[in-house]
Amino acid sequence: MTLDDKENAGKKIPRRTMLRAAAVSAAAALMGASGVQRGGQPAGGGTGKVPGVDKGTLPDANDSTQLYTDPTKITGTLPGKLGTRSPFEQPVKKPSDISSRTPLQDLYGIITPSDLHFERSHAGVPRIDPEKYELLIHGMVERPMVFSLRDLKRFPAVSRIAFIECSGNFRTGKETMTPQEICGLTSQSEWIGVMLSTLFREVGVHPKATWFLAEGSDAAVMTRSIPVEKGWKDAMIAYGQNGEAIRPEQGYPARLFLPGWEGNTNVKWIRRIELSDQPFMTREETSKYTETIRDHKIRQFSFDMDARSIITYPSFPQQVEKGWIEIRGIAWSGRGKIDRVEISTDAGKHWQKAVLQEPVLDKAHTYFRHLWYWDGKPTEIMSLAVDDTGYRQPTMKQLIQARGTDMGGYHVNPVTAWVLKGDGTVLFKPEKWK
Amino acid sequence: MLMKRTGCYRVAAVMVLGMLACHTNTRPPVSDWPSHFGFGKTATSRQIDSLNISIAPDGKGLPSGSGNALSGKAIYLAKCAACHGETGAEPTANRLVAPMGDTTRVKTIGNYWPYATTVYDYIRRAMPFNAPGSLTNEEVYSLTAFLLYRNEVIDSTLSLNAVNLPKIVMPAKKYYVDDDRRGGNEVR
Repeated sequence: MTLDDKENAGKKIPRRTMLRAAAVSAAAALMGASGVQRGGQPAGGGTGKVPGVDKGTLPDANDSTQLYTDPTKITGTLPGKLGTRSPFEQPVKKPSDISSRTPLQDLYGIITPSDLHFERSHAGVPRIDPEKYELLIHGMVERPMVFSLRDLKRFPAVSRIAFIECSGNFRTGKETMTPQEICGLTSQSEWIGVMLSTLFREVGVHPKATWFLAEGSDAAVMTRSIPVEKGWKDAMIAYGQNGEAIRPEQGYPARLFLPGWEGNTNVKWIRRIELSDQPFMTREETSKYTETIRDHKIRQFSFDMDARSIITYPSFPQQVEKGWIEIRGIAWSGRGKIDRVEISTDAGKHWQKAVLQEPVLDKAHTYFRHLWYWDGKPTEIMSLAVDDTGYRQPTMKQLIQARGTDMGGYHVNPVTAWVLKGDGTVLFKPEKWK
Repeated sequence: MLMKRTGCYRVAAVMVLGMLACHTNTRPPVSDWPSHFGFGKTATSRQIDSLNISIAPDGKGLPSGSGNALSGKAIYLAKCAACHGETGAEPTANRLVAPMGDTTRVKTIGNYWPYATTVYDYIRRAMPFNAPGSLTNEEVYSLTAFLLYRNEVIDSTLSLNAVNLPKIVMPAKKYYVDDDRRGGNEVR
């Protein structure tokens, strides 16, 4: 709000002037002009801020001074350049030093809003000038080539809705954990870009090339080795996400996108692809994204994300009431489509098929629903995903049986149970692992 | 052929078979696509050399130069110890040192890393965290030697270079196996 607007607030000012003013100022001035007083201050309060509209401020839902008046009696905010969330909706990611998690429990449907897509980076998010961006493809190719962003966008484009999930996407340990905290390192977007196979044809990949190195231009210059077969099959160099340029946190201006494969292989800010006849054994594919299994063995190149599901409603910290409850959640598999989701409302004794919400896409978050009458007695609810390869999402017990108690923290996808208490409280059921 | 790396070559062999099986991939997905679109520029060897810092486990890509644990220790104390601890064995978030057989359950270079070339490649591309890519090739050889020595993989006097670094057999390499999960009704 400008100084002029502040002076005008509370006075009658010509309507034309206000319409010319920025939408933010206009709304505040109108509220002032209509004589609405809040907390003894002219509209907008002493700070001159409009809830949810001024940059960097969101209303406090518990702040009675920000209470809302009848919206039919005040002209609303005028059309603007960028949309905003309702000030009453405040979904946020949950950041740590190395990652930030999607609030799965706050989302509807299967698309993750781009600003809520999970983040994982190894040396922060780089700032890359799209005019200076180049992708180099070399090594075992006929014609080593450099592509600008403009070049990449000239090739025939493709679009695909699919998830990306970090393979280290499991946390447990206490009852008061949300889906975001348990497995918020999975998100879904519509990705737009050029098929890597199109670029492979352009450079003439040598038939004896079996692997390629994907390298990012972040400060970690992060690298992963990928079998060439995946590059021919369905890999994409993505530059678009949900209708706009890919977000910096997701790899602006371009990233590798490998449908169904562990998040780390989807190298962001990609600057170089080197075709080779051997994997490079980079730090990420040896010391990091590998997992201990039985007999001290260490499993390597575990690319596919196994099928998984999570009930996002009801979940902690939601509160439910006796009566009809539509159990909702998402299921996904890196190996194909979700075939079905089974729901138990009696701690795993009986299972029923949930309704899958269309679209049911290959290697994509799929929404499920199951209508259930809760009699108010304490119970446990859980979901189990089955994909079209016949893979059934395992229990923690089955995972430990298969991999041993020393199993590493990657690719852990157990059936997740929520405990419904008699008072309607919903708590996560953490299971012992080590 | 360098068939020594059995672990990775088993995977590679599968991939070769896969390639042969779907060689049609090299044909355009749409029949009227040109064989080449002509977008992009041929990369010059100078452009390639300015970006190509990758090192393969057979040593391909290792630069000339050398370094030993003694010179590495001084560099380590000056540029690495702030995050990784004075000796590398401190319980930091990124502990580097614990020889195979040490009782610690933390993954380190000595008890978990399968290739010595990876130590060189990673330090050179990403370290130190506050000044990535600032070390000389000699400094990286020295630091690699220091960390391998501290993990009881090499002798304190060994001068590492492009020839002997890829020959080092890391203690944990024997534990590595390829992913055997295949979907279907089986939990692995």
